[in-house]
This record gives sequence, structure tokens and C-alpha cells, in this order.
Amino acid sequence: MNNLDCLIPIVAVVTDIRRDTPDVKTFRVVGLDGKKPFIHKPGQCAMLSIPGVGEALFSITSSPTNEKYLEFSIKKCGCVTEVLHSIEVGQQITLRGPYGRPFPVDTVFAKKDLLFVAGGIGLAPLRSVINYIRDKRENYGKVAVVYGARTAEDLVDYEEIEKEWKNVKDFDVYLTIDREQPDWTGHVGFVPNYVKEVGVPNTYTAVLCGPPIMIKFTLAGLLELGFKKENIYTTLELRMKCGIGKCGRCNVGDKYVCKDGPVFCMTELDELPDEY
Amino acid sequence: MQIQELVLHKAEEYLASGKVDRVLAWKKGETFYDNSPAIFTKDNLNGFVYNEFCAPNLSKYLVNESKKEGKILVFLKPCDTYSFNQLVSEHRIDREKIVVIGLECQGMLDEKKIYNLGFKRIEKVEDGLDNIIITADGQQVQIKREELLSVKCVDCKSKEFAVADETIVVNEMKQPDKNSRFSVVSELEKMTEEERFKFWQNELSKCIRCNACRNVCPACTCTHCVFDNNKSGIAGKANSDSFEEKLYHIIRAYHVAGRCTDCGECSRVCPESIPLHLINRKFIKDINDNYGEFQAGKTVSEHNPLVDYTKGDCEPKEMVGK
Amino acid sequence: MYKIKLSDLDKLYKAISEDYPLYLPIKKAGEVNYGLYGEDEEVSLTTLKTVKSPKDAFFPQSEDLVNFKVDGNKIEVIDVRKEEQPFVVMGVRACDFKAFDVLDRVFLVDPLDTFYQNKRNAAIVVTNACTEPEDSCFCKVFGIDASDPSGDITTFIIGENLFWRANTEKGNALTEKVKGLFTETDDKIVAEEQKAIREKINSLPNVNLDLTPFKDEMLDIFNSEKWGKLSEACLGCGACTFVCPTCQCFDIRELTKNDGTVSRFRCWDSCMYSDFTKTAGGQPRTTQMQRYRQRFMHKLVYYPENNEGVYSCVGCGRCVKSCPMHLNIVKVIKAFDKGGKDE
Repeated sequence: MNNLDCLIPIVAVVTDIRRDTPDVKTFRVVGLDGKKPFIHKPGQCAMLSIPGVGEALFSITSSPTNEKYLEFSIKKCGCVTEVLHSIEVGQQITLRGPYGRPFPVDTVFAKKDLLFVAGGIGLAPLRSVINYIRDKRENYGKVAVVYGARTAEDLVDYEEIEKEWKNVKDFDVYLTIDREQPDWTGHVGFVPNYVKEVGVPNTYTAVLCGPPIMIKFTLAGLLELGFKKENIYTTLELRMKCGIGKCGRCNVGDKYVCKDGPVFCMTELDELPDEY
Repeated sequence: MQIQELVLHKAEEYLASGKVDRVLAWKKGETFYDNSPAIFTKDNLNGFVYNEFCAPNLSKYLVNESKKEGKILVFLKPCDTYSFNQLVSEHRIDREKIVVIGLECQGMLDEKKIYNLGFKRIEKVEDGLDNIIITADGQQVQIKREELLSVKCVDCKSKEFAVADETIVVNEMKQPDKNSRFSVVSELEKMTEEERFKFWQNELSKCIRCNACRNVCPACTCTHCVFDNNKSGIAGKANSDSFEEKLYHIIRAYHVAGRCTDCGECSRVCPESIPLHLINRKFIKDINDNYGEFQAGKTVSEHNPLVDYTKGDCEPKEMVGK
Repeated sequence: MYKIKLSDLDKLYKAISEDYPLYLPIKKAGEVNYGLYGEDEEVSLTTLKTVKSPKDAFFPQSEDLVNFKVDGNKIEVIDVRKEEQPFVVMGVRACDFKAFDVLDRVFLVDPLDTFYQNKRNAAIVVTNACTEPEDSCFCKVFGIDASDPSGDITTFIIGENLFWRANTEKGNALTEKVKGLFTETDDKIVAEEQKAIREKINSLPNVNLDLTPFKDEMLDIFNSEKWGKLSEACLGCGACTFVCPTCQCFDIRELTKNDGTVSRFRCWDSCMYSDFTKTAGGQPRTTQMQRYRQRFMHKLVYYPENNEGVYSCVGCGRCVKSCPMHLNIVKVIKAFDKGGKDE
């Protein structure tokens, strides 16, 4: 009998909880031995659970270059996330993963100029890539990040962005919020429009993550600017239960989002039924 | 003219005159028995069929169909008309948009009963009213209709139409014997508690939780069933604990009590042939015994005794041990 | 090749069940399903189609994955897997046997599903040739020969006898244990019967279904207007998926037991159910047509795309018999047949 089965999780412990926005918290997780539970690649996911409540799949927000712990930025929007938002430091959780195909950070992305576009909690999966690139800065070209949220309070990782990202060389950060608010001096407007205004050259490789409507209009905008579909990537989110391509739930066309994704190139998505 | 042609003509006539936009009826399948409910339009009446293998009760489809634009004609067998009325009284379907044509029914047949006679390759099944002529495995045999009736048609409740704007009846429909309807329920009542528990344990242990009984049931029209609600704590899909199946079927029976018209679809569609209709029929019998005769769906105005308080209602304690 | 009189089969069942748990078609309350042999059970080996397929033997309708003890903010993981003891599944038809291969390609590919694998390895499969195939059978379409199923042992019910042929080492080992009940025989009668079976199969109505349209562009099939009409009467129940020998979708759920232990189990799920793809954030398949299409696209297009052209249907015909509204895969295949009638 095998000692391991993918469906049997390990126990991990939450060592830090940070409130990012009114409905997003970032959880720092280590194994019971105090070490990082497993090694992952940017864009991969893991199943978290509190037994008795249920399991759910979340993208790993921390960069693989972080050797101490994993981080998950989680928005409160369902049964499991609601309970996760109520836990305190020291709470044990169960964990299995990492799952899915990561962003091609060491192959396709290497040496390229990169444009990241995120909306709301959509920054969570991209933060893993962005920080990976910051830590291996010499392997990549110029970087532009366009990130927007409904309000300034909804911008995830605002502190890290302001204090750290903005100080990196050849690393431009463009923040925007949907509507004007008193204490905000930055840009106001929707992400897809802002992407066009920023005017990043169409030779960049683009990575999108956010609500479907944002993806749709940003994609259209990028194509208008002359970006090629083979240079545009996104990450999908569907209902998943097993995380290993067996339970059938995230099946779209001949792909399983949990196993063959969640990261897809736009040319791959074009070949799939429009069901994501 | 045969009933099939009359029914088709009626559909054509209504569609051609523009009195209705769509017709809800049955469509011929690939073999002698596998007819399916279907929507027909003026331009496409291909495969239109009405014969002894049109058991599906079309009433429930009207919940969605009558929300759509335009008028729709529906063909209903006598027992289906009760479901229709019940749905109208529960405001689930829009009567104004629907033309009801009542159809003669001599009792629908169950292909499974034919195959269970041992036939392997069936070429043809012909309806000779009292007898059914089967051509199969190189021979021709006549079987009495009663022996091949769908479970929902055994002990038919009535051949009267509860509602119909028009009817198509060629051959006289014999009114069923009222006494036979509850005969099986009475037998179950005569059992000891242990025997009865064993009977249901045995039957319900076959349940595969496919939800066919619920999804077909014209009385089950909740937009979000409690058994599908993850927050309900009882949204089980598992059959590991056999108590769960009992709970599922018993809760369902309670929920439709007083509203179930006894159309028998639950038993007809059960892949494991669990006689689920007997649970509902027991409730109907109890309602009759305790509150006087009541047939759900007979009218759209009469209140179901379980939701209608009268001073003459018997006390719960009087029912116990009855 | 060995044989045993049908009237002596009880002795065979008893002999096998002394050494192994024995699962085979058993009649209960009028219907036949695979169940554990016991002397009081009514075995029905000649039943062509059990209501549920034998996939439960490896992929039970519900099974515990793992248990948890929760104490304050502490969690203990309890591995509930036990060493699987060898067991025998008898009476498996050729279609259902092929379905094990379809399931293997899901559960035995990396990452391995040990719950499935452990049961699969522990099983001794005794197949049973279909001497009396019926109208709803169309296994031939998928290249299955119902007259000659494989498995560890193959049996044939011919006249008054059951013929027994071991195919594998596991099969030989089981045969050795029960050989005393058999008489030796040549395979002449079996060969003749096989010929007769193949003739019967060729005369069935659905054995010449054309699958080539499903090799067309995936998106063309997906976007076909035919799905609307085909799915019109679908109730969204799970009858077809639960009786199907190849359907493998499952849900993972939890149950808190009376002693506080949390049991995490998996149970069959159905892509026909409205909540199958529902998330806190949305629902990619909002109509029954989309769900219906997913089921058949998966069986006839997506699965073959990922599995060297192997279809996720074995033509057992259970869905043909059990759909409450008589919708089934045969109608889908025929609707896409270019020579067939156009809807």
C-alpha cells in the first residue's frame, strides 16, 4: 500500500494573519515542523481546509523564493473562506498540493518584458510571479504592473507595493481605483482603460488575472494595441474538488483546469469551449 | 382514424391557426418504446407520436415553458391533468398561456415488463387495446394489457379529465375500480411494524440517490431543493448510511403530502424500481380516512386538507392507532 | 477449460467465498445489483445488465478518504485506508470489464489514486460472456467482443453448464482452489457458442453506430445546434451517470460524526446536477443543455482526445434503459450521424 495519497492532506499551522482589505486576509502557513510545507512554482495552487467546514483551492500568493513559509491571500466569499476569516494565529489547517501548471517563469517569460494586469483579489496569484521576478530581477526585462480595485481599501498588498515594488529598477507600478475618493491622489478609472492609457509596448508578454469582465475588456484592449494572443497569459478559476484531474468538476474541453491549468495561454483558451 | 393521427392533426391545426406557438408532446425514439417529451413548432413536427409508450407526465415542463413568450398547447392524459391543476393552484404555471388537450389513455405500457418476459430482440409492439401483440425473437405473442402496464398505471386513480379545453377520445376509457387503488397500501398496513420496516429497508437500500424521483415529480418544484443546498447540512449525495435514503424519501413524501396527485412518475422513473408511490399513496389514504375524500389537483380552488383548518378536523390523537 | 453444472454453482460460490469475499449479481427486491455473496442471497448470474455496474468494487458510490480529530485549534489526520484483502468479482460482462480500463486511465495515471489502486490490485475478476445480448447493447461499436471478455477468468453459460477458463496467474490460483468442483473439457462447445453470440450481436439494432463525426473539430461539435433539441426533455437527474460504468466524477464532502470525528469522504457526483460546477463566485454552466452537452462531449470527444482515441462509453446500454425520459447516448450518436436524419 502506498504511504501517500494526494487526497490525504498534511496538517499545517497559521503563523500570521494580515488584513489586506476589508474582505481579504493573507495567511502565513508553515508545517508542524515550522518549515515551509512544500516547494511550489509561481501560479500553482493548494487545497486548504478546516475539517468540518470543507476544503477549497487557493492560489499560493508567496513567491517560491520565499524559503520560510507559504502565503495565501483569501477573499471572504463562501463557506470555507468565511470560517478562514474568523480563525486566529495558531490555528491548524490541513493542506495538500501544490497543484496545477505554473506560469512559464523560467522558460517563456525569461528575458522578456512583462506586463501584469490585475483586478481586485486577482493580484493574489500574480503576486507569486511578481515577487519571483523581483528576486531574480536579472533574468527578466522591464516590468509593468497595472493593478486596480473598486476602492483604495480594496487594493491588496498596498504597503508592499508602495514600499517595495515601486523602488525596483525598470519596474513600473500603475495603480487605479474605480471611483474617486477623498484621500486618493492616484489614477481613477477601470483597469482595461488604464492599460490602454499606460501604453505599454505590444512586444511585452502580458499576464492577466481578475474578474471575467476585466479579463474580457483588457484582452480586447491589448489585441487592439497589437499584442499577440500567444504572448498573453491568464489563470482560470473553476470549481475544483480533487485538484488532481480526477473528480471531473473543472473539466473544460479536453483540459482539467486544476491539472492542465490554472495558467493558460490565450491561444490555448481559444481552442477550448467557452465554459470558464 | 387512429388516435395518433387525430392528435397530430390537432397539433397542426392549433399551430397553423396561430392560436399557439408551440406544442408540448412526445417524440418518437429509436425503438418501439423510447419516446421522449419534446417541443414542436409549426415548421418542425418531425417524430410527433402518441401511443402506449407516452408515459411521461408533461405537466412539470410547463413550469419553465409557460415562463417563455407565446402560447403553448399541451397534451395531457387524464392522470396528468391533476398534476396540471395542482401546479396551477400553486401558481407554478401560467394557465392563461396554455391550451390543454386531454387525451385518451388506456394505460401506458412498461417496456421493462416486456423484456422481463424474456424477449431479447423485440421488433414490434402493437396496441390491440385489451391485448398487446409482441413480435420478438422470431415469434409473435399476445399478452394481456394489464400484465404490461406501467407501474404508474396499475391501480389507475381516474380516467376523468380534471381539466381540458378539448379532449380526444376514440375508444371508451373504462373507469378504474376505486377499491383497488389502495389495496397494496392496505396490505402494507396489515404488516407488523417489523415486517413493514424490513420491506422498506429492503426497497430503499437499493436507492442510488440519482434524484430522478424528485426531478420528475410535479409536486417538487422548489427552485433550490433543501437536498441540494450545501448549507442545509443534509445535502448528502452519499448512500453510505442507509438511513439517509429513508430520510430523503420520507422528507420528500412529507413535503408533497396533500399536494401529490398520485401520478406515479416517481416509481416509473426509479432505476431500481422502488415503489415510491406507495409512500405517497399511504398519505393520500390517511388524508381520505381522516379528513374525508380528497384528490389533489381535482380542482384549482379546493384546499388541501393539510393546510386548511376546519373545526371538524379530527384531533391528531384520534389518528394515532387508527 | 473446465465446466460445472449450473445446478452446482451454489457449491462454487460457497467454495470461493470461503477464501475470498465474493461479489456478484444478486437479486434484491426485484432488481439485480452486485452484492456480497451469502447463502441466503439470490444470485442471478444470467442477468445481462445489473442496474448499477460493478464499478462500485473499485470506486464505491461513497468511501471515506480520511478522518480528522479536531481539538481546539489542533487537527489530527487519521489515515483510514486499510490493507485491501484479495476479493473476487464474478459475472462481469465484457462491456463492464472494458469500463475498468476506462476508469484505470483516470485513477491509475499520475498522481495515482491509491484508494482505487489498492482495490483494483486486490481484485480477481471473473468475466461472463454475453450469451444473450439484447436490443439495448452496442458494445461492438467500441470494439468490444461480448463473446470473449478477458479478465483473470472467463466464464460462459451454455445450456446446463458454466464453462470456466483461467487467463492469468491470479485466475490460475483461484481455479486451483475450486478445481475439485469442475470437470475438464475442451473448448469446442465454447467456440461454437462464441460464433453464435457474434451472430446475435451483429443482428442488434445499434451495433453499427458511426462515431466518426466525433472526430471533427471539438468546437464545431460543442457549438452544434443539435444539443438544444437533444437535451430538451432532460430532467437533470443523475440516473444515467450513476448507472454508467465509466462515469467517474466525484464530490468530496465532510460529515461530523457523533463523537466529533470529521469524516471526509468522496461520493459519486453527476455533471447533470445543477450544483456540479457552482462556485461561490459563479456558475459556468447555467442551463441543462450545457450540462447535458458536457456529459456526452466528455464521453465522445474530450476523453478520447486525452486517451489515444479510447471512448468513455462501452455500449452497455444502461442509460438507454434507465433514463426517465429516454434520452441516451445512442440518440446523441445518431443525431450527429451525417447520414442520419437532420434535426
